[in-house]
Amino acid sequence: MKVVEQKGMYQKFPRSGKDTRVTHYCPGCGHGIVNKLVAECCAEMGLQDQTIFVDPVGCGVFTYYYWDAAHISAAHGRASAVATGSCRARPDAVTIAYQGDGDLGAIGFNNAFQAASRGENFACIFINNSLYGMTGGQMAPTTLEGEKTTTTPFGRDPDVTGHPLHVCEVFGQLQAPVYIARTSVADTKRIMQTKQAIRRVFELQKEHKGYCVLEILAPCPTNLRMDALKAAQFCMNEMEREFPLGTFRDVEKNIGVVESAPATEPSPLLQVKAVPQVKSCAELFAEKTVVPPAENDPSFSEIRFKFAGFGGQGILSLGLTVAEAARLEKRHTLWFPSYGPEQRGGSASCSVVVSGTPIGSPTVEHPDVLVCMNQPSYERFVGDVRKGGTVIVDATVPVTRQPPEGVKLVVWPAIKMAEDFGVPKAANTMMLAALIKLACTGLKDENLEQALVASFAKKPELGVKNLEILRKAEATLV
Amino acid sequence: MTKFVKSNEAVVMGALYAGCELYFGYPITPASEIAHGAAKWFPMLGRTFVQAECETASVNMMFGAAAAGKLCMTATSGPGFSLMQEGLSYLAGAELPAVVVDVNRAGPGLGNVYPEQSDYTPAVKGGGHGNYQTFTYAPASAQEMCDLTIKAFQMATKWRTPAVVFADGLQGQMMETVRLPDEECAKPDFSAWAAQGEPKTRENLVKSIFLDAAAQEVFNDHLQRKYEEMQADAEAETYLADDADLLICAFGIASRVARTTAETCRKKGMKVGCFRPISLNPFPREQLAAAAKGRKIMTIELDAGQFADDVRLQLAKSGLGAEAASVMMIHRMGGQVVSVDDAVKSAKMILGK
Repeated sequence: MKVVEQKGMYQKFPRSGKDTRVTHYCPGCGHGIVNKLVAECCAEMGLQDQTIFVDPVGCGVFTYYYWDAAHISAAHGRASAVATGSCRARPDAVTIAYQGDGDLGAIGFNNAFQAASRGENFACIFINNSLYGMTGGQMAPTTLEGEKTTTTPFGRDPDVTGHPLHVCEVFGQLQAPVYIARTSVADTKRIMQTKQAIRRVFELQKEHKGYCVLEILAPCPTNLRMDALKAAQFCMNEMEREFPLGTFRDVEKNIGVVESAPATEPSPLLQVKAVPQVKSCAELFAEKTVVPPAENDPSFSEIRFKFAGFGGQGILSLGLTVAEAARLEKRHTLWFPSYGPEQRGGSASCSVVVSGTPIGSPTVEHPDVLVCMNQPSYERFVGDVRKGGTVIVDATVPVTRQPPEGVKLVVWPAIKMAEDFGVPKAANTMMLAALIKLACTGLKDENLEQALVASFAKKPELGVKNLEILRKAEATLV
Repeated sequence: MTKFVKSNEAVVMGALYAGCELYFGYPITPASEIAHGAAKWFPMLGRTFVQAECETASVNMMFGAAAAGKLCMTATSGPGFSLMQEGLSYLAGAELPAVVVDVNRAGPGLGNVYPEQSDYTPAVKGGGHGNYQTFTYAPASAQEMCDLTIKAFQMATKWRTPAVVFADGLQGQMMETVRLPDEECAKPDFSAWAAQGEPKTRENLVKSIFLDAAAQEVFNDHLQRKYEEMQADAEAETYLADDADLLICAFGIASRVARTTAETCRKKGMKVGCFRPISLNPFPREQLAAAAKGRKIMTIELDAGQFADDVRLQLAKSGLGAEAASVMMIHRMGGQVVSVDDAVKSAKMILGK
């Protein structure tokens, strides 16, 4: 057979396992025509080096046999997600996803729709032949009402299976796409229009204008159980009635542009800020205070803390302050919060471990120091405290039960003192005063104070205030 | 430079130092801080953060980015990890480097957000379809969340395979001091096989399809050989194990309970040591055999015994049938962590003291 030159396709198709130029498409199939048009446009525009094709699963699965450009073969339905990844990784490339109506319209619809909604920098060429081809002619979301398929043997009944999915019209509701069109390859005139549309898609992609979708109605004689001519006529007479052809949007040509909400004074709550740029990880993570790593000191015995109370009482930050003081002292330290739904209300707690040697178990089963700011947490944890340990409980908490034998109980009016000092949110700082005064942290006072101030790095005036009342509170505690 | 950070944030720091250029993620507790950190820090370094519409999308976005020759990652927890299994199979089938972090929560189903290690089998044995494996690390500290994320990228690159950083909810939420690397890793060059949209990669095709059965078998043989060769990079750590009568095997957060248990037992006069696989796949089988030979063995784990079964299998494969048969387990599930008290009691019982 004489090889007729075809632009954009390989000279032969060795990836098919055969040394020929015969495609795997059935006679009369629309895919073959579209494959030729895509290859021609890509080559005519000189984009083969720059193009990444994302191939689907379905009858289009083997386009990598034919198109002479780089290919990524995606999972079924995921070509739009894969194209999102590749076009984000290679913003200078021309990325074209090729998908069928099962692939895009059913299993992968949300991926395609969300990519369109984000305005990803790729084009999707979407073949609508009204059914699943590769798997044996089943109903697709695009199957026409009354159309017979292998899974609608009595014709698609809209009462049972709904109505055909109009991808262009649905995507047309989105603001981001720059080009949305539907063409057909059922006859010569339509093929020429399709070529123009494919060319337009490549033009827009070459200039990285944004997301495009081109839906192409294609005959499937094999699964329609028709000859090529009848299948083409089905495409023109039946499918076009359901799926009208046209360019629904071409932003640059001012066709079908979706306007955003009318411009009003922008809300200060709703503003996109420029992302501050840094040159390196070192610059990004640089800290003002350089804290040296922990050192091993077996003479320092491990202290385990539990802090508990209502969310909003500053329990987690009290724990963090102790952990930070330990870090300043080159101790090994670990902080662990209760997390999950309870962090949005109810009781909160955190554990802190301070040690002279690397810390093993992160869970605090038997705290040496328990700080409680509410009744539920007092009752939950007081029985766990280790012999020789200390419990500090706010004076508002009724001491309904005594701690285990050998555990010191200190009732401390942290909440009241904070209110008296005029900083009601600083009850946790008042608890820190008790920890300092009772000398039960094993940490130096100045480090605890420095850590407290550091915890207000974003509001330095509050740091000063808290330090002031911390010292006042220490003086009060007998 | 040291920082006191949440382990989940340490993952992002490690990824950035490793040269990861794209992050694709979907929110899920207790892994969300990884996405939060990535959303802030990736763009500040001129890198890419994309919030995907679902985990199926995240993993396939990774497929696209990796196929286009860039280092990329995602992070998730159990339910999301389940959704990613098909994508992981495709990544392995196309031999693409990418990193998935699984911050394990309690299951099955919706379960809860507290720590478990119950994703062991999908995280370690390849949870999707087909004969594939992942390179899987099990960090046990914030430091390792950073360091092993970096190594996961290196192993993913070296072996052209998806890698998993397998953590748990407790670890993800906990804060510890992390020493950051002095330098960023060099960016690898994947142009020999990736589809980069450049003249030199025009011939490249990234795929996992082999229509011909014989060709698929040849490829599968190649994958299996690769997995055998990966054994060279298996890593483990022992603690107080040299003279131990009882060896506690545990990974991840459970290994830290094991550590305190061994220390406590030693104080009570019981010779207890620890063995911790740092890589769960490849499993450090030789190291385990060397540490376990002739010893009593107990596992500590936060699952129903998937890890204990693997320990038995690895011992049996090493010819230590008697040790394999004697493996005991102490475990908790549902988001509960094995207490040191309980672990010490179990050790005492096994040692007959």
